[in-house]
Amino acid sequence: MSWIDIGPIEAIPLRGARRVRTPHGCVAVFRTDAQEVFAASAACPHRGGPLDEGIVHGTRVTCPLHNWVFDLTTGQAVDEDARIDTFPARIEAGRVLIDLTRLANRAA
Amino acid sequence: MKRKLVVIGAGMASGRMLEHLTEDAPEAFDITLFNAEPRGNYNRIMLSPVLSGEKTYAEIVTHDDAWYAERGIACRFGEHVTRIDRARKVVIGQRGEAPYDRLVIATGSAPFIIPVPGRDLPGVVTYRDLDDTNAMIEAANRGGAAVVIGGGLLGLEAAAGLKARGMEVTVVHLMGHPMERQLDESAGYLLQKDLESRGIRVLTRAATKAIIGKGRAEAVLLEDGRTLPADLVVMAVGIRPETRLAVDAHLSVARGIEVDAAMRTSDPDILALGECVEFDGHLFGLVAPLYDQARVAADTLLGREARFVVREVATKLKVTGVNLFSAGDFAEREGREDIVFRDPGRGIYKRLVIENDRLIGAVMYGDVADGNWFFGLIRDRTPIEAMRETLIFGPAAAQGGGAQDPLSAVAALPPEAEICGCNGVCKGAIQAAIEGGATDLGTLRARTKASASCGSCTGLVEQMLQLCLGEDFKAPTRQPICGCTDLTHEEVRRLIKTTPLKSQEAVWQELGWKTRNGCHVCRPAINYYLLADWPLEYRDDPQSRFVNERRHANIQKDGTFSVVPRMWGGLTNPRELRAIADVAEKYAIPTVKVTGGQRIDLLGVRAEDLPRVWADLNAAGLVSGHAYSKGLRTVKTCVGSEWCRFGTQDSTGLGVRLEKLLWGSWTPHKVKLGVSGCPRNCAEATCKDVGIVCVESGFQIGVGGAAGMDVKATEPLAQVATEDETVEIVTAFVQLYRENARYLDRPYKWLARVGLDWVRARVVEDRDERARLIERFEISQSVYRKDPWAEQVRRHADDFAPLADLRLEAAE
Repeated sequence: MSWIDIGPIEAIPLRGARRVRTPHGCVAVFRTDAQEVFAASAACPHRGGPLDEGIVHGTRVTCPLHNWVFDLTTGQAVDEDARIDTFPARIEAGRVLIDLTRLANRAA
Repeated sequence: MKRKLVVIGAGMASGRMLEHLTEDAPEAFDITLFNAEPRGNYNRIMLSPVLSGEKTYAEIVTHDDAWYAERGIACRFGEHVTRIDRARKVVIGQRGEAPYDRLVIATGSAPFIIPVPGRDLPGVVTYRDLDDTNAMIEAANRGGAAVVIGGGLLGLEAAAGLKARGMEVTVVHLMGHPMERQLDESAGYLLQKDLESRGIRVLTRAATKAIIGKGRAEAVLLEDGRTLPADLVVMAVGIRPETRLAVDAHLSVARGIEVDAAMRTSDPDILALGECVEFDGHLFGLVAPLYDQARVAADTLLGREARFVVREVATKLKVTGVNLFSAGDFAEREGREDIVFRDPGRGIYKRLVIENDRLIGAVMYGDVADGNWFFGLIRDRTPIEAMRETLIFGPAAAQGGGAQDPLSAVAALPPEAEICGCNGVCKGAIQAAIEGGATDLGTLRARTKASASCGSCTGLVEQMLQLCLGEDFKAPTRQPICGCTDLTHEEVRRLIKTTPLKSQEAVWQELGWKTRNGCHVCRPAINYYLLADWPLEYRDDPQSRFVNERRHANIQKDGTFSVVPRMWGGLTNPRELRAIADVAEKYAIPTVKVTGGQRIDLLGVRAEDLPRVWADLNAAGLVSGHAYSKGLRTVKTCVGSEWCRFGTQDSTGLGVRLEKLLWGSWTPHKVKLGVSGCPRNCAEATCKDVGIVCVESGFQIGVGGAAGMDVKATEPLAQVATEDETVEIVTAFVQLYRENARYLDRPYKWLARVGLDWVRARVVEDRDERARLIERFEISQSVYRKDPWAEQVRRHADDFAPLADLRLEAAE
């Protein structure tokens, strides 16, 4: 595992998300109402909508362009045959850490 | 070979006959349909709601072009029939002949014109068809005074419609009380009082002597010397069968075209039906017997035995908020007894007339729920001895039931009880259809036609569904907000106010939300309801907002945003334009476009540039145009009296004033205003949520327009003399909408639910309520009347950039 510190947890709003730029595309880091974070590819597979701008509810996010809903624990779309890539993410000492090894490997 | 059928007149009776005919035997006839009106069959009963603005013509069309085309009916609409040649069996129209094997005359009726001087002046209209209705709407749009001659069903519906459109209305009626053919004096009194409380003046025992005016109607002169100013005179004293063609063809005609029980005229190849006929001494004006005739006529044409029987009809008045019912014979005569019930506090009057142990007449005002039950007793001549004591309290009491449960009342009706008066559909037929699988209102309507005409029995039909299906029937009106709750928008709004609930968490917890914290459907709605009801206590939650409202810009398909600065009333100046041009160049904004709301749109701005774009615009004095919000969008104006040679008022100034007052407020859906300086309406105010049209005498305020997926003209809310009162009423209207509408209902949809009368009573008529609404709006605006862009720049500028950029680290 290769954890990267991307910033303090307070930088992500409760029930919100922030975007992280990577050499392999943008990743959205979500924070739910509980103290938990998820990381996933930021682009909706439907029309490329920015998922970090969607409404976060429970452990789901709704794409702001056409309301596709994704489960952040699995990346699976609700009622659609589609999914987004998810990546390991955790909170440690108030900092958000993500591991993008899988993303880098896929790109390589 | 198919036989040739020619039908003269495309009204409700012949329309229903054609439905039966083409359904039962689609191949039997080649059909040609003449209609003097340049259109096909529409639901004429619903002209009153069209006049009052509650419905549009499109909503009352029964047969559209496709309907006729599918059935191969040759339509000759807008063509008058000049003659029937019985010897050659041809109908002669203005544009040629049409041969027939069978002919149906359905020419309906013509309005009766009282023979007084001035009856031909422009400005004198009748009330019969769509063209009459449109003429009245057009006259009403010019405002002023209307005199309706005739206080019967039609006259009162016309009066109510014209009043709803903002005219001063006086009804002139020859008899002692309105609707004397359907109501007794007590009910007539209550009706007159009700009409007068709505601002309609009713003059009884008043005879018209002349209509006077130079070149057009200006006033109505009464026999007693009184003069009533009138910009519009509506003659609604009655109708007479339209028999000219039949007379010319030497058919047997008395008051109407005489027909036998099979609807045949004196020429067996010619049938007649509808308001033009006379049967057994009876004439017909209500729709129920006409539909019976249509059935009989279709059967006769197909060679089946059928007999038309005159049946009792009940009357209702289609004026929103007026409930009256009358059936049977209620004149006082020897041997007749009355049972009367009055509740003065609630304006209720009921009278039953009994003769020989049978109910023979019923008049009800204010509470008409039991009307159909009484009607059934009259029609079936049911002995009432056993239930006489409690008869007036309706079916529940008569059967010994205590509670006034509407379901038990329906359950108590016998199978032959009529539910739908227009189409003559009885309870048994509805029950059979439900058991046959028609388990929702739409299907039931399609199969039985119950509640498909005037719609006033929809509630009863729904109760039938509930009765037959029990738990399986979900009333269509009950729509939960989303899967997170079983509660409707209305219920949640009410509970937020009354419980009270002042946070989203409280709503989820107290109302038993099934999800952890809602979903993308309910969260924005609940957030809105809370901030609208508790502006000082509740803090807006950006995370419960759709991206546009959280980012204060409109997201585009590529993830960039568009930025629209506010231009008050559509006004701008060189300094602002320069700032916009500079911003567009500095941030390489690809597209600059002028919007329909008189603003400038900068499209293709990257999220991280938004705060700097706003800061630059702010520096030039420009603020957010809220082009992204469920809130006040734009006030579109014309140049008004400041520049325009036709302008009557300062429409630009009023638009700017309204926009400065209303901007920043959140609403259930977007709100767009328009202010036009004269009725030429260059600001297109009449398709806005709130549209003001200035006239010489003041300001016409219309509401509920739409020009999106639905296109709809505004309905007149009020006409006032001053700009100040205009601003007051508009503010109160917006606040009432904010406090009551469902999230994502535009004002026109909300108005369709609550009714314009309900709104007018609060924002126009009740001045105290108006003041309270304005006060609550101002409290809310103390929080929200500010520029969100400036606040974002000040406090959240960093949030627009990515949290981290790992591209460089990865490269190292």
